Amino acid sequence: MAELRMERTGDALILGISGDWRLANPLPSPAVVESEIGAKQSPGRIAFDAGALGGWDSSLLTFLVDVMGICVKRHITLEREGLPQGVQRLLALASAVPEAKGARKGGARLSLLARIGDKAESAGSSFLDTVAFIGEVTAGLGRMIAGKARFRPTDLWLTIKESGSQALPIVSLISLLVGLILAFVGSIQLSVFGAQIYVADLVGIAMVRAMGAIMAGIIMAGRTGASFAAQIGTMQVNEEIDALKTAGIPPIDFLVVPRVVALAVMMPLLTLYADLMGVLGGLVVGVTGLNLGIMQYYNETRHGINLTNVGIGVFSGFVFGILIAIAGCLRGMQCGRSASAVGDATRSAVVTSIVSIIVAMAIITVVCDVLHI
Amino acid sequence: MAEPHITVRDLTMAYGSFVLQHDLSFTVNRGDIFVIMGGSGCGKSTLLRHLIGLQRPAKGKVLYGDVSFWDCDEEARSLITKRFGILYQSGALWSSMTLAENITTVLEGQANLDPLLIGKIVSLKLSLVGLAGFGEYYPAEISGGMKKRAGLARAMALDPEILFFDEPSAGLDPISAHLLDDLILELRDSLGATVVIVTHELPSIFAIGNNSVFLDAESRTMLATGDPKKLLAECENPTVRSFLTRGEARAATMPGESAGTCLTA
Repeated sequence: MAELRMERTGDALILGISGDWRLANPLPSPAVVESEIGAKQSPGRIAFDAGALGGWDSSLLTFLVDVMGICVKRHITLEREGLPQGVQRLLALASAVPEAKGARKGGARLSLLARIGDKAESAGSSFLDTVAFIGEVTAGLGRMIAGKARFRPTDLWLTIKESGSQALPIVSLISLLVGLILAFVGSIQLSVFGAQIYVADLVGIAMVRAMGAIMAGIIMAGRTGASFAAQIGTMQVNEEIDALKTAGIPPIDFLVVPRVVALAVMMPLLTLYADLMGVLGGLVVGVTGLNLGIMQYYNETRHGINLTNVGIGVFSGFVFGILIAIAGCLRGMQCGRSASAVGDATRSAVVTSIVSIIVAMAIITVVCDVLHI
Repeated sequence: MAEPHITVRDLTMAYGSFVLQHDLSFTVNRGDIFVIMGGSGCGKSTLLRHLIGLQRPAKGKVLYGDVSFWDCDEEARSLITKRFGILYQSGALWSSMTLAENITTVLEGQANLDPLLIGKIVSLKLSLVGLAGFGEYYPAEISGGMKKRAGLARAMALDPEILFFDEPSAGLDPISAHLLDDLILELRDSLGATVVIVTHELPSIFAIGNNSVFLDAESRTMLATGDPKKLLAECENPTVRSFLTRGEARAATMPGESAGTCLTA
């Protein structure tokens, strides 16, 4: 038990501290001391009697710091001599370095207008950062084509492998299922007119022209874009990016360009593969659910889609690949220096990639429509 | 006076079949500042990991008082580790929390305390390491030396009986390193805690250490234990002498001299 006695002798208030002052025990409050001081004429000094003090820990120190605060406020002299040596030394240590002036952060809340202004300013500068980054990547690509960029070819191959062949299982599964879903939804409407055979056209055109590229893009955004951001972000935290800069190796050439190239090469291939798997999904529904023949479905699909559709899909895939790689690398490079900043960078990379994929798809569709492709 | 606090008996540390150190036996007394020293890569930090319960020994025992740490069940082990305060090499502050939140998290995790009191303890601990008023800063916003001190404040949060330090002065300038040494001494004296330090900084070793163990990377065992100042004066082992004199003694001893171990208790 922690106990506190208060006695007045002359102009002094003696605080008798006894018992075990441990955090686990209930402790006297410094407010008791304050009310004792206020009750009668204010004492000139406060002294301690710690003769019967058992064990102590931070709880005693926090109590004493509070008493010291009261003394300063009321201009009372504090005599620490009665305290144990260790306590005196710790108190001296705690007050050795005064609180840093201006260190405490201003908690003043900004007005709504100021906050809107701040947001707008940061949005503007983030847009400029993005444009500058794209410019740097383009310059880096130029250097790479000219053979002047410094990067490790093994890194490029590893990224190609990681974002190519290793992505095949998940792309197969998702595209096959999307093909199935398209076929099911289409067949319900088309069989009303007895036009089930056109399910082949519907699935074929939808997959080849748009869905193949979009599905591959979204998978790669979650899979590869996120991993780019996390990897580069962690390098930023560990000062590895700084080490590259000071070693005279532009991080853009070393880290970003190989990743952009890898995704720009692999995404069109993945798109073609996703198209194939989607059409296969449609075929499964056509043959098992709609009693179409395999050759019949195949011929209708060939008749339905043409090379232009495939070209648009593959081109979209190429664009998405570049967007995903740039979004992932940009967020990674912008990462702060903490664990949560890496999390933010990863999340932001995925959101940016997916939004830009959809926006890019919309733009490509509108442009194709205007050009009557 | 010399009451054993940590006893290590025939400890063998290994990664799989690779033995890092074998047959380590030494005693840390209550109130000691115990230095684990040795060249780079000899297993100093690994020994620390064995002491604080992050790695299980391949053989041998670590006793806290009379309790064998690795023979206890999980619950008893966590009771022992609650009495530890650990300062990791780079501070290991949780980067997504402010300094105050870092300390609060430790306090909340281990004791049933009133939030008002927790706030007071946090500012007390920060002022003890000279960081009063920096509670709202994030680890990324302060310097390396301040991170070390903030890490120390977090390690002290629960008034530990044993403080472990992994290379406390690594990466600090000589003056900050000296101040940190003084702080460690002051905390040992006033809190009465036992301190275990991994370091190869000779000035620190002689300034604050009063007991030590010397690990050797070549023979993969300990070569000496005892007060480092005494080891410097008395130990005949050429490796230990050369370490404690920054290599100046090696020139004086004949090559090929038998490496007799000197274990001054």
